Order: sequence, then structure tokens, then C-alpha cells
Amino acid sequence: MGKPLLQINNLKTSFRIGDEFYAAVDDVSLTVNENEVVAIVGESGCGKSALALSIMGLHHELNTKLEGEILFQNKNLLSLSTNELNNIRGKDMGMIFQDPLTALNPLMRIGDQIEETMKNHYNLSKEEMKKRTLELLNKVGIPNPERTYMQYPHELSGGMRQRVVIAIAIACEPKLLIADEPTTALDVTIQAQILDLMRELQNQMKTGIILITHDLGVVAEMADRVAVMYAGEIVEIADVFTLFNNPLHPYTRSLFNSVPSAADGDRLHVIQGIVPSLKKLPRTGCRFSERIPWIKKEAHEENPKLREVEKNHWVRCTCYQHFDFPKDAEDLHYDIS
Amino acid sequence: MLKFIVRRLLIMIPQLLLLSIIIFLLAKAMPGDALTGQMVANPNLDPETMEELREKLGLNDPWHEQYIRWIGNLLQGDFGISYVHNVKISDLLGNRMANTFLLGLLTLIFAYLIAIPLGIIAGRYPDSWMDKLIVGYNFVSYAIPLFVFALLMLFLFGYTLNWFPTGGSVDVQVERGTWDWYLSKLHHLILPSISAALLSTVGTIQYLRSEIIDTKLKDFVKTAKAKGTPERKVYTRHIFRNSLLPVAAFLGYDIVFILGGSIFIEQIFNYPGLGQLFVSSISQRDFSVVNILVMLFGFLSILGTLLSDIILSIVDPRIRID
Repeated sequence: MGKPLLQINNLKTSFRIGDEFYAAVDDVSLTVNENEVVAIVGESGCGKSALALSIMGLHHELNTKLEGEILFQNKNLLSLSTNELNNIRGKDMGMIFQDPLTALNPLMRIGDQIEETMKNHYNLSKEEMKKRTLELLNKVGIPNPERTYMQYPHELSGGMRQRVVIAIAIACEPKLLIADEPTTALDVTIQAQILDLMRELQNQMKTGIILITHDLGVVAEMADRVAVMYAGEIVEIADVFTLFNNPLHPYTRSLFNSVPSAADGDRLHVIQGIVPSLKKLPRTGCRFSERIPWIKKEAHEENPKLREVEKNHWVRCTCYQHFDFPKDAEDLHYDIS
Repeated sequence: MLKFIVRRLLIMIPQLLLLSIIIFLLAKAMPGDALTGQMVANPNLDPETMEELREKLGLNDPWHEQYIRWIGNLLQGDFGISYVHNVKISDLLGNRMANTFLLGLLTLIFAYLIAIPLGIIAGRYPDSWMDKLIVGYNFVSYAIPLFVFALLMLFLFGYTLNWFPTGGSVDVQVERGTWDWYLSKLHHLILPSISAALLSTVGTIQYLRSEIIDTKLKDFVKTAKAKGTPERKVYTRHIFRNSLLPVAAFLGYDIVFILGGSIFIEQIFNYPGLGQLFVSSISQRDFSVVNILVMLFGFLSILGTLLSDIILSIVDPRIRID
């Protein structure tokens, strides 16, 4: 494992609702090393994307409050001005977005959109830029770069557009890539292709990747380390083998249990309830306790902290020691037949 | 593209024919006929002469025969004559059309010069004091009737301050075609066109404002920012271009406005244009002129939609017409 590339310390991202700020990312600390793929998993509304956008500085300035520290190349990204941040964004840090259908400007040619990244950071001649763009398109597996260069986004399929989005993100060979659910909007065969492509690029360029997803299959395939997020907090963090072999936190275990498998037949485990909305989020105690009501209150900590339970395996709250799925609870299952 | 335009132009033929029939029938259904206007102008005409004239002009023929005669002449470029002014309609239209076109064009230019910057400011800084000021202007300009506002402007800048002439399209004593003549034309145009422009910005401003506010939240704007694109360029290159699409689409319809003329403005500023002619022709029962004008406005409306489609297909690559 390389040197630390990105260090997030006690990050708190709050959004304004009405006159008050509510934390969507609450006291998150996370390190990404060079050439390491860190996956962040959790349900929708857990704060994964909010975390990613905080790193890139893409939140609305007036409606968002960022506290803590995001150290990248010895600079705290949160204290940089927009201009300073613009020198880093796109060059040292790239982002792959979730929905390739909306992530590209419909009025600009593909070539121009990729070249915009280079224009922002390098001083290249037109010919050089075009040459590099064609190389990039080739690299991300676009069959006819010359043609695609002149095309508009609507002329490409979803998978092709996601390849273009990736090409934009890696145009300046960033050291850190943030991929916010890069395969969610794609169909399964295309998902596999895009993941293959990302792994290949990662091997070539040795970038650190933050991979945000709710697909545990993707995690198993791509990640070195996994952070599980619930309601704005990291509840468990470990390397991918440890986490898959020995998930501890009730939320992690519930997530694993919710993956459909042939062994369960027509029954699918579901986690009770939904992630509470920002306004209703409990700010004290174990935030997951509401969704596992059969676990006694005493099992939870009053002020749960991440604790290292074995080497490099961190879990929040003590409830994991007392947790088990109820054998007879019908409402935890959903009949899918 | 060419095929599309030709096809649309061909579709216009039955549309216009249908329009002409409706107009003709409506004109027939109105009380009086082409000679009623003459009666007003010359009350001494005795009924027998009138009847003779009617017979001579074919006004007693069945309507479809009259219609076919009218449309046949129209297709040959003969618009007929105005019975009130006793001149060929084509002569009557010529000058006024040019006047109306100039007024409309200038109004449109002023309107966009005011609306686009204001819309961009309001959209870029929503809820700022500037935005509130602009939205306030929108409310006021939407609420004031044009004839009240135009009268106020006329009173203030025409009579009181004496900066601009209060009527007409050019000074009579200036020789036609000279440099002074053009200047005098422009001088006469400024007040009416600015008055009209100030009140016709609401749509553009509000459209632009809400489009910009919407576009700002689009994913591709995040992509642009993630590339490290400076804020200013994010706006010019990504947000504004995408927000201008619906505004550009309206540009085609504006041709109707340019050539159709503003009835209020032309009346109030006593500006000899098509709008004024339209109103006076209706009140004087000058049917032949009214028919031609309504045909012209109908033709322009159809042409406007075609132009809008073409403009939109030029500015938006997603729209393909072929």
C-alpha cells in the first residue's frame, strides 16, 4: 500500500433546510492511499454522494456548510479558494458521474467536452489536444474515435457516453478518481464492461479511486478497502476480504443478507424501514437502532464511536456483539414470487 | 433540411387556402359590403347607382364565384383596390409595410437588448437585490397596459421634454432618400419602439431566468466544474447556451410581431403602419383591405412557426429535421 493520497478528517457536510443546517455527512474520517480502491457502500440517502461532492467542492456554496479537513497533496481542500480548487479539479482529481445521460453537455461535441479539461490545465496546441483526445477515446474503448470526436452526446449509447465521462475524468491523468455510482444507470452487460475498463485504467495509471456504490458485487470485484456508511456516518471499515468474510456491524450484515441469492428461494431479506430523512435523523445514540428494534436498548452505546475490533477493522457501536437476525420475523422477508 | 423546408412550404398552400376561405366568408357575413364604405364617404349616392355598381363589380354573384375571382386575382399578385382610399391595395401596403417593419425590428432589437442581460443577471443571482429589482420591473411592465404607458412616454418625452416627435414616421419637409431623411426616420422610431420594447420583455426575462436557474442544477454543469472550469466559463459555455434554447425558439414567432405591427403603438404615435391601417380599415368597412391584411397576418404566423423550427434545429443539435 502506498502513501496516503487523500485524508479526510472529521468531515461534516451540512445542508440548509429552511433556516437550519442538517449534517448529511457527520464526522467522517477516511484515508485513501495511492493506488488504492476504497469503496463506500450504503443505501440511498446515506451521504455517500454528499461525501464525494464535498471532496470535489461541488456543493452549492450558500446552502452547504463544510467542516473538518480534507487533505490532498498537503493542502486542505476546504480552505482553498475556488480558483485554487479549479487548479486541482480535473487535473489531480477527476470525477466520474452516475448518470451518463445527463452528465454531458447536450450542445457540445464530444471532442470539445474532453478537450475542455485539458484546456483548463495545460497549454497545448489544437493538434496536440486533438491527438491526445483521440488517444483517450481509444483508451476508454470507443471503437471509432475520429467519428465520436465530432459527435454530440445524444448520438451515443449510454455505455459509450459513460466511457466519454470516464475519458473526461482521466484526461489529465489524475492521481485520485472519484466514481459516484459509475454503473448504476447502465444495464448489466455494460456495467461489467465499464468495471473492466476502470480496473484496467487503474492498473495502468495507478490512481487512487473512491468508488461509491450500493452494489456489493461491484465492491467485491473492484475494492481494496470498504467503508460502510449509514445515515451520514461510517459504521464499519475494513479491507474487502475481512469485510466480506466477517461483517460485524448489524447494518453491514443486513446489507449482505439483502443480496438476493438462489439459496433463499423466493424470499428476500429486507431491512425494516428506510434511511431517516435529514431532518428526522437521530443525532445521538446508535443511528441504526431504529431499524433493528428487536435488539435491546442496552446493547447500543450511548455515544457510539468507531473502534478497532481487529487489525484494520473498525466498527461503530457495541450492538454488533449482541446482534442476530430474528429467526421467526416474517416482516423481515419479502415474498418475491 | 432543404427537403423539410420545401415540404413545410408545400403544406402551407392548403393551410392558406383554408384560411382564405374562412376570411372571405367571415367578411361576407359582416354587415355591409365593399361599397358600404363609399356610402359613408359619399352619402349622396343614390340606391340605383349603388345597385348598378354592385352588379358591375359582381357583388351580386354567389359567394363561391366571388371567392374564386378574388383568390385568382390574389394569386396573380393583384390585391384589388381599396374603395375608401381609391388606390390599389399594393400601393397602400408598400410604404406602411416598410414603416411597420422598421418599427417592429427596432422594437425587437431594443426588447432583446434589455431582456437578455436582465434575464441573465436575474438567473445568475436569483434572490439578490438585482433579481428582486428585475422581477419588480417584470411585474410592473406586465401590469401596465401598453396604451397607458405609451401615452405617458409620449407626454413625458414628446410634449414635455420635446426630445422626440409626437407622431408620423418622418419629417415632411426633409427630402426623401437623403441622410437627414434616414436620421429623421430613426428619430421618429425611437420613442415608439422603446415604449413597446420596455413592455415586451417579460416573457424573455422570466424564461431566461428560470431556464438558467434550472440549468445550473444540471449534471453537466457539475461535470464542467469537476473539470476545473472557471465559474465564468461554466456560465458562458455551459449554462447560458443551454438556457437560450427556448428563447431562440421564440425568435421565429417574432416575425409575426415585426410585420404584423402594433395596433396600440401605431395609433398612439400616429405612426403610418399596417396596424393603424388595419384598425382604420375595419372601422371604415374597407373589406378588401381587411381581407388582404388578415391573409398577410395568417401567412406570417405560419411562416413564423416554420422559422422557429428551423432556428431551433440550428441551435440544438438534438433536433434533427429531415
